[in-house]
Amino acid sequence: MANAAILPGAVPAVSRRRQAGRFLVYAVVLAIGLALAFAPFLFPDVRAQEVAARICVFVVLVASYDLLIGYTGIVSFAHTMFFGLGAYGAAIALKAMGPGFDAIFFGGALGVLAAIVLAVLIGLLSLRVKAIFFAMVTLAAASVMMVLASQLSAITGGEDGMTFSVPRPFSPAQPLVTGEDGKALRLFGVALNGRVAHYYFVFVSSFLLFLVMMRIVASPLGTVLQAIRENEMRAEAIGYRVVAYRTAIFCIAAVIAALAGILRAVWLKYTGPDVVLSFDIMLDILLMVVIGGMGTLYGAVIGVAVMTLAQYYLKDVMAAGAAATADLPLLPDLLNPDRWLFWLGLVFILLVYFFPAGIAGTLMGKGGHK
Amino acid sequence: MMKTLSATFERFGGVMLLPVALALIAFLLIGRPSTWVTLTVAGLAMGMMIFLMASGLSLIFGLMDVLNFGHSAFVSFGAFIAASVLAFLGAWVSGGSAVLNIAALMAAIAAATAFGALAGWAFERVIVKPVYKDHLRQILITMGALIVADEIILTLWGGAPIPVPRPAVLTGSIVVGDVSIEIYRIFAFLLGLCVYVAMHFALNRTRIGLLVRAGVENREMVEALGFRIDRLFIAVFMAGSALAAMGGAMWAGYQSLITTAIGAEMMILVFIVVIIGGLGSIEGSLLGAILVGLMANYVAFLFPKMSLASNMILMMAILLWRPFGLKPAVKG
Amino acid sequence: MREAILRLDDVHTDIAQYHVLHGVSLDVPEGGVHVLLGRNGAGKTTSLRTIMGLWRARKGAIVLRHRDITALPTPDIARLGVAFVPENMGIFGGLTVEENMRLAAEGGRFDDERLQRIFALFPAMEKFWQSQAHALSGGQKQMLAISRAIVEKRDLILIDEPTKGLAPAIIRAMIDAFREIAKETTILLVEQNFHFARALGETVAVIDDGRIVHRGTMAALAADEALQNQFLSLSMEAH
Repeated sequence: MANAAILPGAVPAVSRRRQAGRFLVYAVVLAIGLALAFAPFLFPDVRAQEVAARICVFVVLVASYDLLIGYTGIVSFAHTMFFGLGAYGAAIALKAMGPGFDAIFFGGALGVLAAIVLAVLIGLLSLRVKAIFFAMVTLAAASVMMVLASQLSAITGGEDGMTFSVPRPFSPAQPLVTGEDGKALRLFGVALNGRVAHYYFVFVSSFLLFLVMMRIVASPLGTVLQAIRENEMRAEAIGYRVVAYRTAIFCIAAVIAALAGILRAVWLKYTGPDVVLSFDIMLDILLMVVIGGMGTLYGAVIGVAVMTLAQYYLKDVMAAGAAATADLPLLPDLLNPDRWLFWLGLVFILLVYFFPAGIAGTLMGKGGHK
Repeated sequence: MMKTLSATFERFGGVMLLPVALALIAFLLIGRPSTWVTLTVAGLAMGMMIFLMASGLSLIFGLMDVLNFGHSAFVSFGAFIAASVLAFLGAWVSGGSAVLNIAALMAAIAAATAFGALAGWAFERVIVKPVYKDHLRQILITMGALIVADEIILTLWGGAPIPVPRPAVLTGSIVVGDVSIEIYRIFAFLLGLCVYVAMHFALNRTRIGLLVRAGVENREMVEALGFRIDRLFIAVFMAGSALAAMGGAMWAGYQSLITTAIGAEMMILVFIVVIIGGLGSIEGSLLGAILVGLMANYVAFLFPKMSLASNMILMMAILLWRPFGLKPAVKG
Repeated sequence: MREAILRLDDVHTDIAQYHVLHGVSLDVPEGGVHVLLGRNGAGKTTSLRTIMGLWRARKGAIVLRHRDITALPTPDIARLGVAFVPENMGIFGGLTVEENMRLAAEGGRFDDERLQRIFALFPAMEKFWQSQAHALSGGQKQMLAISRAIVEKRDLILIDEPTKGLAPAIIRAMIDAFREIAKETTILLVEQNFHFARALGETVAVIDDGRIVHRGTMAALAADEALQNQFLSLSMEAH
């Protein structure tokens, strides 16, 4: 059909490819969403459920980070700080008040409040200066938070973190629906007990938060933020109060990150510097958002899924590679599963060079290499 | 009234008074002169080592608007290379000959510095050059390079802490009355001071230095006067990276036990120093580094858990007072 | 007509997504002062910056003495004997007057005889020789910017609105100085101030909306009030 393109109403080839890419992105996101929605039944083993729950929480965390870096052009390294505030808030309350939903609510609320206060302070203080200043200030703030968390060990459990119990309905010993034999009813061979409820608590909360973010970027606020990102001076000239808008989105992202932190703590029944505050987590977020594609929330979903699967399963592949190259110099050391970040770092650099729009952005035809 | 106050403040040295004020307040809080002297010397030594790491970053940013988040990789490499050289020259390091002691240390510092310069050149060409003028991608790419560099260090040196042998002549303390001062601290302070003086001379008395100062203020105009600013920038980038590696080597000797976390730990302090001091000026970096070094040591003694947080608070306070830092390079 | 030292042929320049120059064609004859007039946003500054290579022409050619400099890097253009005095003067405030001028001197060494002539034109330069440039007044900064441009003999000096914000007395001094400088070189002057331009200009081109809309001698434009009103009504500043 060589002459199809000149027929009236025909879609030019480029935009058709873009449409196909867009469709592919939607399909992949939908597939990931469905896989997560039915994860307890599709992947009943414990490790796979860990992976699924981690993906849920990180989709929220990474998407909220994308509100900053992708939609507004703010580079912050304090996202784990907010994530940690939520997680520690819930953890400390659960430890102090005992395993109840009131503790999650109360502790979580305090964590979110702390996140808002810090976000406003940092935002007003430094969003008016250069992007690079802001990046440095947030990096410094986050590291101070990390040091505080490990030093105030009486409250936070220090380096070891703290374990705690979650409300009883989330316990594997608690049947959700009792069968005739008095045990938990089984569906597709999976016992409907507290473990399933635990997972769905995380999944549904994450899903709702994701929908909230979809709503935010489609709202007038989202449009203003993109105008600011494209041309700050012009947005200011038109009359938008750039600092106010930036501070607002910084607070929103901080709140969502703190909520994700609560989910993470409740799922893990543990909170410590390594799982919520460490710089490695911040790097993960950064890698996920860039690999998935900045400026599209779908990109966050794809980036998180790809990275998390890689984290859990790439190491097996690398171990096999290291064994196969054991006789060569240096290479087996680099293929050591502990060195997986090395390869990820390389991939990351290449991505930023050649596909700055990430997986989703490239498929959907957003920008690309100039 | 405010005006007279601030005029008086400027006449007596302006922001350069801050470290003195800090030292005086600390003196009142600490109470014991001998402790205060020890802490002050430690603070000055630490400040000088941080200055080595921070000044390059500040100039690199000032000249090209490039913020290298991978700067701390040079600090780490410098530390580990110095540790390896010192371990290799073990006999010289521990022997009784002061000359061989010093030669071993100089070899370690020289190796680290040379590596910093070479790696800086490669880093600028491969990593930074393709993303001039694009801050977001600059931050991301230099961050990615930092990840890779840290992993290379882990691969080459492993994750376990590495001891750094200290040359025999620099171990121990000088005791004056009831004041005891570690010799290595004096050495670190003097070396930092020498580097500062050399940099000050290079910037203020040489043609290249004149170009760098002009370029920090207005890059475009330097080009319009017929100078290739990109070549100048490579030179500054190499020098800055070499200084970072030198600072890392000195810090390794000071710590006597280093882990791969050294880069990340120093990075925070370096950022705080650069922000406090103001971008693009070595005077600012020196002032910021001394403040941070003193603050860290005084607070570590007075309120041990607040050490890093205190520097953070210092940074916030200074940003509120002077949003561009204490002594930024003059623009325009 | 003398041969042109600088020729712009259908130059188009974009800044970000905006198309600013829509085909500027211009001849600058060798020697004397030549003026590019136009109102704010007409493309005057963009024209100068494009000649200097600080912005890139998307289309068209810029020729300096038979040599195509369109794609040349800025430093190379400067080394061909072109000096640039930007609108903001481009003074290095943290440097002394001497250092500012030394940067422009070949190999960092002054030609004493030229220096004395500059001091004669702008005595303030000698007086403030060791002062930091940011301490100078606006007029003195402008004098420094011009002095820096003539530290070495240049073939062509591009000057962007030197009278902006200056007091009338200083503008009169500038006119004398420019007449003196134009004896040995060519000046392309961008102006909004018609009175200043008229006092100096030999030829004039009027730019509007990124195009040259009029070219001719200054004498002809000065004599023809109808023409002035047609092209310049928007650009006149009352002086």
